[in-house]
Amino acid sequence: MDFNDTPEEAAFRAEARAWLEKNARPRTSMTPTISGEDLTAEIVKQSQAWQKKKAESGWACITWPKEYGGRGATPIQNAIWGQEQANFETPPDVFSIGIGMCGPTILTHGTPEQKKRWIPKLITGEEIWCQLFSEPSAGSDLAGLRTTAVKQGDEWVVNGQKIWTSGAQICEWGILVVRTDPAVAKHAGLTFFVVNMHSPGIEIRPITQINRGQGFNEVFFTDVRIPDDQRISAVGNGWAVSITTLMNERMSIGSGMGVGAIEDLVGFMDGIEIDGRPASEDRQVRERIAEFVVKARGLKYTSLRTLSALSQGKTPGPEASMSKLVGAVLQQHAASFAMEMAGTSSALRGEAAPAQAAWQERYLSLPGLRIAGGTDEILRNIIAERVLGLPPDARADKGLAFKDVPTGPPKA
Amino acid sequence: MNFDFSDDQKLLQQTARDYLAAHSPLSTCREILESDAPYAAALWKGAAEMGWQGAVIPEEFGGAGFGHLELAMIAYEVGRALAPIPFGPSVFVATEAILRHGSAAQKSAWLPKLANGSAIGTFAFTEKPGQNAAEAIAASVKDGKLSGVKLPVADGDVANLAVVAAKENGETGLYLVDLAGSGIERKTLESFDPSRSQATIRFDGARCEKLAGADANAIARLLDRAAVLTAFEQIGGADRALEITRAFIVGRYAFGKPIAANQAIKHRMADLWCEIEIARSNAYYAAWALANEDAELPVAACLARIAAADAFEKTTIEMIEFHGGVGYTWEYDCHLFYRRAKQLAGLLGTPKYWKNLLIDRLSTKKGAAQAA
Ligand SMILES: Cc1cc2nc3c(=O)[nH]c(=O)nc-3n(C[C@H](O)[C@H](O)[C@H](O)COP(=O)(O)OP(=O)(O)OC[C@H]3O[C@@H](n4cnc5c(N)ncnc54)[C@H](O)[C@@H]3O)c2cc1C
Ligand SMILES: Cc1cc2nc3c(=O)[nH]c(=O)nc-3n(C[C@H](O)[C@H](O)[C@H](O)COP(=O)(O)OP(=O)(O)OC[C@H]3O[C@@H](n4cnc5c(N)ncnc54)[C@H](O)[C@@H]3O)c2cc1C
Repeated sequence: MDFNDTPEEAAFRAEARAWLEKNARPRTSMTPTISGEDLTAEIVKQSQAWQKKKAESGWACITWPKEYGGRGATPIQNAIWGQEQANFETPPDVFSIGIGMCGPTILTHGTPEQKKRWIPKLITGEEIWCQLFSEPSAGSDLAGLRTTAVKQGDEWVVNGQKIWTSGAQICEWGILVVRTDPAVAKHAGLTFFVVNMHSPGIEIRPITQINRGQGFNEVFFTDVRIPDDQRISAVGNGWAVSITTLMNERMSIGSGMGVGAIEDLVGFMDGIEIDGRPASEDRQVRERIAEFVVKARGLKYTSLRTLSALSQGKTPGPEASMSKLVGAVLQQHAASFAMEMAGTSSALRGEAAPAQAAWQERYLSLPGLRIAGGTDEILRNIIAERVLGLPPDARADKGLAFKDVPTGPPKA
Repeated sequence: MNFDFSDDQKLLQQTARDYLAAHSPLSTCREILESDAPYAAALWKGAAEMGWQGAVIPEEFGGAGFGHLELAMIAYEVGRALAPIPFGPSVFVATEAILRHGSAAQKSAWLPKLANGSAIGTFAFTEKPGQNAAEAIAASVKDGKLSGVKLPVADGDVANLAVVAAKENGETGLYLVDLAGSGIERKTLESFDPSRSQATIRFDGARCEKLAGADANAIARLLDRAAVLTAFEQIGGADRALEITRAFIVGRYAFGKPIAANQAIKHRMADLWCEIEIARSNAYYAAWALANEDAELPVAACLARIAAADAFEKTTIEMIEFHGGVGYTWEYDCHLFYRRAKQLAGLLGTPKYWKNLLIDRLSTKKGAAQAA
């Protein structure tokens, strides 16, 4: 066991830090994980400029193969890069879905031509990607999706609706899973595509979140044509490909949990009084914060254990579900607690309560994080079934063809 | 960076597990719980033959000369087996104290006996109910004689040697007391976990020797080290409790299906698994800090202690619940775990104490960072 860098790791860290020092400003404040800000053209431009800068110096998507523009770096080096980058102010990231999920899915299941076509521009940030999985009636039960694709010559014709598509309004490409055969069991009838978001027949309508941000959208498909060479993997293999995306999604959302900021509660407490005494003398306050910090540190060290497993050539299993499950609710509770410490003025917002702004922002964004990429309940099922080997839930759709699966309460 | 135990360390762990499976099934714990015997003497001897008590004692004093990572693995297995032996007090505290602060003469007098199991050590620290670890100590030393009352002292009824916290000329220090000497009165106390014994010791002018190497911080540092090793013991217990519960809920059918198929059970099992993983990660980090004498140890020890105590307790609470009626019986083993979790959480200061300590230590670090 060794927490210290090896000489090679130390050299890599120094190289990363030197580049960051030249190209970014040191971080001064904590930033909320999901911002309530709209994805304005200005933010997108900043994010793309930063991505391009990194790509030009070999600091973008560093674990991806060199032949497609990556650096061929190890997972440990990637973690070191992440640790170093976190110490600097960087623009909001519009690439987390593309880099965290779409890229790895194409690298795993795509043909060499497909990789050459899409990966380099994903790395340079020229093209932004989104994930078109969820539908109004298919979220947790993703395989219950109903958007269809029908083959016509060398093309597929897509009809239906996706929803909660983060960033759809700014994207060039999306990964899309659709039903190509409703007559077989629901997981067997799915196929996976890459779709150009500017295709005729696609209509994007933003949805406003509880924090007033408009990060996600409804996306309607009316006779949208997708060339067959944009199909990823075989017809009917869409579920297996989607699982690759979902595994990567959990890892990338989980690792960005921002739990480091939990420790800022220790300093936050210094500036606050409860009934005329410093909050830092209140034992209950102290004990709550200690419990938060224990969890946050535990998550941090868990990610290092995962990393050690990766570097020993093991693939991280469903255990990765833990960091989002524990981290999201932890942050929600910590934010609630930080607001509560302000007493009656915890109900104020904006300039009336400047110290709280960041925690309020989190309190409003965290419910989304608990739902996105698999709800808490779905993650608990995954851990219970895949890690602990407990029996699956009884299900009402087993052995039925998709078209026969119940979709609502029985008609009276 | 490598955040895992080595293959050799894992092999040592497996050997310990095999040995305990053969020599300390849960019935061994139950025997001690139900009898007047204070600990499993044969197991204690066997453990010494395996080299566990002397794991970190150098070979020149009869030990195995391993490091603390190896000891952490052994602690984990001792915890998994709910082994009814005075391992923690003797190995994690008394032995550590002498190793770190003893003179050459003190080391050669005691370490070989501690290593071969012929001596049991303990730590006599707190003095009254409600006292947490580091509060005021009344026991005092004058002219090499110790007076005062210690309560509770884990394994104080069977120990041959006590490391005692006491004051001399107003300064707190650590003192070695051979418990076979005169001026010592001990009384076994009723224990919440009767598989582990507790006592009170009254010292009335008992001969003592100062551990001269111990400075003002020594007690806190000693507790930190013991906290890390105890965390491994607690996580071992939690893992075993979860495994037993898992097997039960998969095999037990109600309403025509395994009770484990209900999310009310499944989801809480998943949450317990997360609690234990969080504890394990904190404990790994702390073990690394301990083995490397890293400056992070004081914070890491708090993290490990709090997480492990909470995870073990929560797991045993649900263990009984998920067993239904049989979980509430004397005959089933659930209460062995339930008791041990509370017993270990009470040693070395409760989680409440360590939570406050963590905040102190984080605030100090922050203050120091700002001043720099
Ligand atoms: C901020 C945000 C961003 C998102 N971004 C994207 C995106 O970019 N692309 C995309 O495809 N999707 C995206 N999503 C959608 C997200 O994946 C789904 O919202 C999520 O999977 C839940 O599906 P649902 O909303 O249909 O809720 P439902 O599945 O209807 O769930 C409703 C409730 O029922 C519970 N539930 C459902 N099934 C079970 C079960 N078997 N056992 C126990 N409880 C159950 C759920 O846990 C939840 O509490 C995003 C969501 C959010 C909030
Ligand atoms: C102190 C005590 C006194 C008692 N006195 C009496 C008495 O006077 N008369 C009498 O007839 N009985 C009595 N009982 C029996 C008691 O009613 C049962 O123990 C209780 O109903 C649980 O049943 P079980 O022990 O078979 O556990 P199980 O039913 O096997 O339950 C085991 C676990 O599975 C859970 N579980 C089971 N089914 C589900 C489900 N569908 N969804 C979610 N979780 C589930 C339970 O909550 C429990 O955690 C007593 C029990 C105790 C502990």
